[in-house]
Amino acid sequence: MINPYVPYPVTIDDIQVATEDKSLKTFRFVFKNPGDEEKFSYKAGQFAELSIPGQGEIPIGIASSPTEKGFVMFTVFKTGKVTQYLHSMKVGETMGIRGPLGNWYPWDTLKGKNILIIGGGFAFTTLRSSIKMMLDPKNRGDYGNIDVVYGARTPGMLLYKDELVEWEKRDDIRMHLTVDSEAPNWNYHVGFTPAVTEKVAPQASDDTYAIVCGPPIMIKFTLPVLEKLGYKHDHIIMSLENRMKCGIGMCGRCNIGRELVCKDGPVFTLDQINLTPKEY
Amino acid sequence: MKIYHIDRESWVKGLAASAEVYQLVGPVREKDDFDFKVLDKGQMPDLTGTDTRLSPKALVFPKSEIMMTFSTDPNDPDCNIMKEAKKEYPKRAVIGIRPYDARALQILKMNYDNGDYQDPYFLNAYEAITFVGLAVNSPSSTDFSTSCGTGPFDEKGLDVLLVAAGEEGDFYAKILTDKGDAWAKAAGFSKEAGSDVSTRIEAMKKTAEEAISSKIAFDKIEKKTVLELFEADHWENTAFACINCGTCTYACPTCWCFDIQDENFGTKGVRIKNWDSCMTGLFTLHGSGHNPREHRYQRTRQRFMHKLKYFADKYGEGIMCVGCGRCVRQCPANIDIREICETMNK
Ligand SMILES: Cc1cc2nc3c(=O)[nH]c(=O)nc-3n(C[C@H](O)[C@H](O)[C@H](O)COP(=O)(O)OP(=O)(O)OC[C@H]3O[C@@H](n4cnc5c(N)ncnc54)[C@H](O)[C@@H]3O)c2cc1C
Ligand code: SF4
Ligand code: SF4
Ligand code: FES
Repeated sequence: MINPYVPYPVTIDDIQVATEDKSLKTFRFVFKNPGDEEKFSYKAGQFAELSIPGQGEIPIGIASSPTEKGFVMFTVFKTGKVTQYLHSMKVGETMGIRGPLGNWYPWDTLKGKNILIIGGGFAFTTLRSSIKMMLDPKNRGDYGNIDVVYGARTPGMLLYKDELVEWEKRDDIRMHLTVDSEAPNWNYHVGFTPAVTEKVAPQASDDTYAIVCGPPIMIKFTLPVLEKLGYKHDHIIMSLENRMKCGIGMCGRCNIGRELVCKDGPVFTLDQINLTPKEY
Repeated sequence: MKIYHIDRESWVKGLAASAEVYQLVGPVREKDDFDFKVLDKGQMPDLTGTDTRLSPKALVFPKSEIMMTFSTDPNDPDCNIMKEAKKEYPKRAVIGIRPYDARALQILKMNYDNGDYQDPYFLNAYEAITFVGLAVNSPSSTDFSTSCGTGPFDEKGLDVLLVAAGEEGDFYAKILTDKGDAWAKAAGFSKEAGSDVSTRIEAMKKTAEEAISSKIAFDKIEKKTVLELFEADHWENTAFACINCGTCTYACPTCWCFDIQDENFGTKGVRIKNWDSCMTGLFTLHGSGHNPREHRYQRTRQRFMHKLKYFADKYGEGIMCVGCGRCVRQCPANIDIREICETMNK
């Protein structure tokens, strides 16, 4: 019997401050044991439990893409006990990773479809994984148009800036970056994500799916925009974040109705979410 | 399979003989209550009580259990690497578990072996046990097990069903599985009961079942949608008296929720699994301070929605309650699952 609670040992390979206020850091890990990377093979949209002995575990979306080999990457916001400790850790230290956990964006359904990605704040992690995966030359042909609306308070709060700039230059993805208010040297959109979405989003069609990840307030104002544009609820895909411990559907705390966000989710269509109590 | 007739003397001898091969566990009196304990050599299980105060779930799901160990000493080559805790699972016979409690442990197993993942701590402990259950001849007034898909003579979760046969402390022992057969062999039971024994057991079962007057129905709950039940306007009222103390969740044999915590002792530490309760606010509190179940009534609602609707919908094996009545008897606020079920079933 495989013990699903025992994490793979990893070494912290790289740490980058991800935002101007230093509240987010991006961590790269390499597996200590050969073979573990293979066992950890994941899909874009899944998460893992980052495990720090003596501190605890936290569920964090996988920010690296399955097409990137040799490491896994996570971007973590400093908030409570475990995340604060993680922010104080150094390159070379050992910790653990348990996973991959949960389901993923429905890549089978999304084959051949246009994809509208809407992200806000630091919930861009698994969206980065998804974009990186789709843009890989081996995969790009599997998807139609890709539109990305991504907003943050200020330019300095956008994650993965170098990549955003790179993607901006490509012609096989349409980037719609926005910040809340005017900023020096900012040449893109200004305004909240929902408003920008309304301006730039492609019309709804059977062949167009929206993936929405962001803070509750962004979601609240983005969903009506998508509805107005004609997106059906089974064409709107979301990823939920409930408090978690086990991540494997056993400890009982992450449920919305009978669905366990850790195992039946975290990815749901709005159609599915509509049928469950709003306990997230 | 066979049914043995065990008289008082063979019972005492048989337990002693089986104790050579099995670790025996049984109810032991503690002040006014009973609890399942590992029996000392020669100690007999006390089968005079109807139910233990806490359910026997701790045998497979301890209140607190070490899962892993670690060192945070930078000089240790294994610094910060989690090691599975070394554990032994001696062959155990649990004597005198009530049939609906054994059924409850089967319900726990559905959670801990969910198709994608197996919890080795639970499953190893469970597999090591031979369940020697004791039929309930005189059900308590809070027993409503027969309406919960189990009952005083339910054989589903058992390896052996013992039925108290008469004044002299005799038992009939109905062997239900190979595991049960192995235990009976180790105990040396060999005297088969007379040919009319099945009829006698059936009659006793009928009498016991008929003695249960407390019933619940959930036919309408089954038909209603989750949202209809969840959004019903009675919940604040229904849950008003509940103080979220969690007693019901700890006493209940089918409540399976747990927490994971690390404990440090200098540079050594352990990761442990602890009983948890959906009745606490911390259970669902996000790091941001947001809590999807901020109010007391929302947590009470979660417990009953889980037991009577979510579980039933998910597994198609009835409700997540075996009708043992522990929560009804022990709740300081007189919250009664039977009444809540009735409200939901309107
Ligand atoms: C599927 C999923 C993906 C996530 N992805 C990211 C990400 O990519 N980047 C990021 O910064 N954050 C992410 N989060 C949120 C992150 O898990 C919490 O911020 C983190 O657990 C807080 O831990 P803490 O110990 O610092 O906080 P404390 O408040 O001290 O929490 C103590 C413990 O409670 C649990 N907990 C608290 N808040 C949450 C929460 N919101 N979600 C889940 N468990 C919680 C954890 O077990 C945590 O260790 C994600 C959450 C989920 C469920
Ligand atoms: S129902 Fe009763 S026992 Fe359970 S938490 Fe509420 S007050 Fe406590
Ligand atoms: S909910 Fe109450 S009656 Fe039902 S199994 Fe749990 S403790 Fe027993
Ligand atoms: S986190 Fe334990 S059940 Fe979902």
